[in-house]
Amino acid sequence: MPSTVALTVARYRPERESEPTFQTYEIPFRKDWVVLDALNHVKDELDGSLSFRWSCRMGVCGSCGMKVNGTPKLTCATFLSDYVPAPIRVEPLDYFPVVRDLVVDLTDFMRKLKQVKPWIIRTEEKPPAEGEYLQTPDQLDTYKQFSMCINCMLCYSACPIYGLEPSFIGPAAIALAQRYNMDSRDEGAAERLKILSEHDGIWQCTFVGECTKVCPKHVDPAGAIQQYKLTGATRWVKSLLLPWGTR
Amino acid sequence: MSAEPHYTLYHPRWYRRRVSVWWWLQNRSYTWFVLRELTSVFVAFFAVVYLWQLRALAQGPEAYGLFLLRLKTPLFLALDTVAFLFVLFHAITWFHLTPKAMVFQVRGKRVPDWVIVGSNYAAWLVLSGAVAFTLLRG
Ligand code: SF4
Ligand code: FES
Repeated sequence: MPSTVALTVARYRPERESEPTFQTYEIPFRKDWVVLDALNHVKDELDGSLSFRWSCRMGVCGSCGMKVNGTPKLTCATFLSDYVPAPIRVEPLDYFPVVRDLVVDLTDFMRKLKQVKPWIIRTEEKPPAEGEYLQTPDQLDTYKQFSMCINCMLCYSACPIYGLEPSFIGPAAIALAQRYNMDSRDEGAAERLKILSEHDGIWQCTFVGECTKVCPKHVDPAGAIQQYKLTGATRWVKSLLLPWGTR
Repeated sequence: MSAEPHYTLYHPRWYRRRVSVWWWLQNRSYTWFVLRELTSVFVAFFAVVYLWQLRALAQGPEAYGLFLLRLKTPLFLALDTVAFLFVLFHAITWFHLTPKAMVFQVRGKRVPDWVIVGSNYAAWLVLSGAVAFTLLRG
């Protein structure tokens, strides 16, 4: 194993340049280092001006998503040893506007997430005095996978549809809608389906499947969208055949 | 560095990268995906030929004979072979997609993916067998 690695990092300093450039740093190679450690080494020892986001450094907060050698990754969970001796290239996530260096702006996702109403909707709330809404472990299991999403945005960066049609609601937001639809305590599925059957919803997805591949939490957003399409289509057929049956 | 960068105080000057025309060559699954989208034209071709066949059938034995003759021209043979390969490609990728869209629970357990994919193949075999039987018997 080599003792150093060439780490190439995308730089964008809006006060100095109008387009991103690349800068290469020679950093020590350590077997137990992840890409985020290497970036922190650069920031602490070589160039304090490098900007990037991170917090938990253990795959929980979802803030350290970047492209490593072209693939969207959580940099705190991506080991240098998976790449060396090849050089490593770190870029900001695709399709989001770059604010500075490796930092992207996620406002678009935040807005879309709100649109799908990712909270428990009840037609009638029961008073707190009657206690909580109970759920069995089996009922929890039906949606648990979708609730693991950490909003890291790797799936958006892997989705060419989101790149080509920025209005597409996108993988994580749809998976999170499905998370609430499948929750036994929720009654908002019809409301969400109405929003997600619109032009920018589920039907934009043409099942590239990359979102599921890059997801670090095994949420399987592609699966969520296909399930959603099936529900949407079945409802539509039902409403044609038995117009009085639905709703 | 560009000639005259200017900096807007307090508001980030975002950089938006344009999607390249060649995005679908960036990785294999993008390429497969675009291939699937483009080759759906051949699936449509298959359907049109089928409709044409039904029309010929309705028009009587003479028209049907003519239709069969046309199918045997090299152009059609070539087109049909290509279309057949792509329809096969679509059928197989579609089968492997079904467990993503259909999640079945049997006694609280999720039915494994291979069972769903497998039952698609089984249904395919049974139906093809039935068709072959009716055709070859008569
Ligand atoms: S679905 Fe997966 S890849 Fe997408 S934001 Fe959630 S955790 Fe990240
Ligand atoms: S730093 Fe929190 S997920 Fe990587």
